[in-house]
Amino acid sequence: MKSSVITFPGSNCDRDMDVALKKFGFKNKMVWHADAELPKSDLVVLPGGFSYGDYLRCGSMASKSKIMQSVINFANSGGIVMGICNGFQILVETGLVPGVLLRNKYLEFICKNVFVKICDKHNKYFKNVNNEVLEFHIAHNEGNYFCSNDQLKEIEDNNQIAIKYCDKNGKIEDQFNPNGSIKNIAGIFNKGKNVLGMMPHPERMIDTSLSGEDGSLFFKNLINNLK
Amino acid sequence: MIVNERVAIDHGLKKDEYSKICELLKRTPNITELGIFSAMWNEHCSYKSSKLHLKKLPTKGKKVIQGPGENAGVIDIEDNDAIVFKIESHNHPSFIEPYQGAATGVGGIMRDVFTMGARPIANLNSIHFGSPQHKKTKNLLRGVVHGIGGYGNCMGVPTIAGQTSFDSSYNGNILVNAMTLGLVKKDKIFYSKAAGLNKPVIYVGSKTGRDGIHGASMASASFDEKIEEKKPTVQVGDPFTEKLLLEACLELMAGDSIIAIQDMGAAGLTSSSIEMASKGNLGIEINLNKVPCRETKMTPYEIMLSESQERMLIILENGKEERAKKIFDKWNLDFAVIGKTTGSKKIEIYFDKERVADIPINTLVENSPMYDRKWKKAKLPKKNRIKKEDIKHLKIIDVLKKILANPNVCSKEWIWQQYDHTVMGDTIQKPGGDAGVVRVHGTNKAIAASVDSSAVYCWAHPLTGGKQVVCESFRNLISVGAKPIAITNCLNFGSPENEENMGEFVECVQGIGEASEYLKFPVVSGNVSFYNQTKDEGIKPTPAIGGVGLIKDYKNMITMEFKEVGNLVLVIGKTEGHIDQSLFARNILDEKNGPPPEVNLFNEKNNGETLLKLIDNNLIKSAHDVSLGGIITAVAKMSIKGKKGINIIKPKYLINEVEYFFAEDQGRYILEINRKDFKKVTDILNKNAVHFDELGTITENELYINDKTKVTIDELSTSNKSWLNKFMS
Repeated sequence: MKSSVITFPGSNCDRDMDVALKKFGFKNKMVWHADAELPKSDLVVLPGGFSYGDYLRCGSMASKSKIMQSVINFANSGGIVMGICNGFQILVETGLVPGVLLRNKYLEFICKNVFVKICDKHNKYFKNVNNEVLEFHIAHNEGNYFCSNDQLKEIEDNNQIAIKYCDKNGKIEDQFNPNGSIKNIAGIFNKGKNVLGMMPHPERMIDTSLSGEDGSLFFKNLINNLK
Repeated sequence: MIVNERVAIDHGLKKDEYSKICELLKRTPNITELGIFSAMWNEHCSYKSSKLHLKKLPTKGKKVIQGPGENAGVIDIEDNDAIVFKIESHNHPSFIEPYQGAATGVGGIMRDVFTMGARPIANLNSIHFGSPQHKKTKNLLRGVVHGIGGYGNCMGVPTIAGQTSFDSSYNGNILVNAMTLGLVKKDKIFYSKAAGLNKPVIYVGSKTGRDGIHGASMASASFDEKIEEKKPTVQVGDPFTEKLLLEACLELMAGDSIIAIQDMGAAGLTSSSIEMASKGNLGIEINLNKVPCRETKMTPYEIMLSESQERMLIILENGKEERAKKIFDKWNLDFAVIGKTTGSKKIEIYFDKERVADIPINTLVENSPMYDRKWKKAKLPKKNRIKKEDIKHLKIIDVLKKILANPNVCSKEWIWQQYDHTVMGDTIQKPGGDAGVVRVHGTNKAIAASVDSSAVYCWAHPLTGGKQVVCESFRNLISVGAKPIAITNCLNFGSPENEENMGEFVECVQGIGEASEYLKFPVVSGNVSFYNQTKDEGIKPTPAIGGVGLIKDYKNMITMEFKEVGNLVLVIGKTEGHIDQSLFARNILDEKNGPPPEVNLFNEKNNGETLLKLIDNNLIKSAHDVSLGGIITAVAKMSIKGKKGINIIKPKYLINEVEYFFAEDQGRYILEINRKDFKKVTDILNKNAVHFDELGTITENELYINDKTKVTIDELSTSNKSWLNKFMS
């Protein structure tokens, strides 16, 4: 399986993602934002970080990078594209997934483990995951997902919500929502469910010595589903 | 502008310093030259009051590759790997403008580390605020935490440990000390020593603006009621540019084009160019018209003294300019050849084809002032005797809850949750333990780091306090299973012109020196921050010690949370019952006098090394050093983190319960061991003559004392976690 991780100026989880993908069997290539063409890939990842310093709206500058046209074409033709954290913000800016990401409700950067409930398994990302709840890790300042009521109805009707913040038993309540996201949304799909944007970082959960191992489960499952 | 004595004094120079300048130059300096002298001769850059004493610190050791004098210290961690690290203060700017002050402090220290070719792998910080009741404290704390997070998070370097304290002596002068560790190959370390004639001098990074002009001079003076006017002297940080600068520099460093490199920190272009030339015993010629400027009509004076951030000065091999420029173009950073090295041993500055400064380098560096300031020796205060009637009404559990909720003991989760502590994917011990630990990427090795200070002990008796801080750092590293290697120090003090403050400095440094010599824990880098005072009131002396240690196999790392019900808990190190200057004495008995706990270096070393032996033999399940709040506070924290209880039986010593549980005697650790290993453990302890007490057994979820008094761990946890959240909400 071939994957590509895009490095934007200010990306800082690109190496971590490279390490994770290789660990679970992907042949990964790092791709520079100013390149025009994507290498042949089964998976494209937009990693976390602070592309262009997040000085304009998070992700908006990166969404206009040269490479993004190829990424958009790839996604529109059904290619698997995953945006993590800042990558999710970039996806939102490209319009590949609906909604926006606002500043966290309590106006503070937050770095901690969270639980998320898998809301849909009819997709390459979560198909065959036995668990209903995963322990992931978040580290962001702008992860407060928001969309209009009409959009919300549409994404709910299409089962586009991928994961929601919850407790370890899968209970979805306000108190388990770390950033004020509407409906506790932590990640969403595009209509075709080939594009996934999510705030949590599975690449930081790939080792028992780190924050946990549910990231390993996620990547192992993903590569199997793509085979 | 005409330069005279009055102008010199406005620049923070003393009368006799100004006459010395005129004498050295054999003429009156022009304004640009005066600016350069004032920047190089201020306390911050010249160490004029501290040099004499810093010389006494032990700085060498088998593992030391580079000691003080470079951008940062470097230690050997085997297999051709080395760790570059340093701590630095950014106190004055952070009080004036907490967000930018703290942010640029973090940015500055990371630059010091990657200047040497190392990729930063961990950040730490030691931050100290005024009393929680003081009107500025809350906003300063919020601003500083946001600033540290804002910069470090954007850079993608994890913040893995730190220390926060509150004390009214910081009401008018907070402390913000930032520390960075970087990883480098031993044969790819870069230094700041220029070499060779006619080598191009390159400016890279951000453009130069009018921010931070005279920042270093500001940091060399006390505050008064006009501090708000000093806001323009605070630099503004741009972590995004620094991230690009980091990647571009490391890319250039992979080749062989660099002769020397130096970041532009305090006193900007002035000190970076002069230091490089001075170390290489060369001259340097700079054309200021070539310097990329952010603003128009900047004068030579402003360009030379600007402290705009995210800039580097590089001396390249001839003919490598094109290749280097390509790299910086790729990362969208300015790149300009601004001058060359010369044999004149002078700094010569040109602007609009005119020579605007012409100063022999030795007058700025070797001939800079050095003072043997007057200082007063501190007496060891008399011990207090605890009166029975003062303590008889106290209930241990109530006192414990109060101590756990004390601002200096309580959980700092509110702070460290705002720092990205997991980016880079190698953080195996997060903030909240004895030390932060990161793996050396792609290996089995791990690096432990902690930062400590004990201002109260240093204030009560500077010599003992200085020793104690080094020992505490030693203990924190050992508690996670790391072998301590070296330290960096950030020496925060009041005015050196005040005999008492100077005495505190001299004796703390002496204490640090004695302990680091004895423990073979040398000082490889550091920074001095004087004039931490508003008007006449100085801070409590606060030397902060950043310690670094190595864990050969990260799987043997130890954490502090209790692991298993039924396991035995031991205390190693003797409890004599020293209550003076303890948190208990100061906050429960309201007794602020008396000596700090005595430091016995033999016991420190012996207890620590013996614990490392136990860890090497896989006999330790969890460990934690005993510090503020004594044995029971240490045990309670292990219980809270492990969500397990303990049944404590006080050993039948002569001292009373209160003294046993709350004393802050040094050299002690709490250990959790498996019951079946008891004989093996005690054999090793006895063989090494280490005193130990059997303290109790781990239970489900309550803390019992002598089978009677009890409290749930949830209740203790609430006491520990709620104070800071409530304070900040």
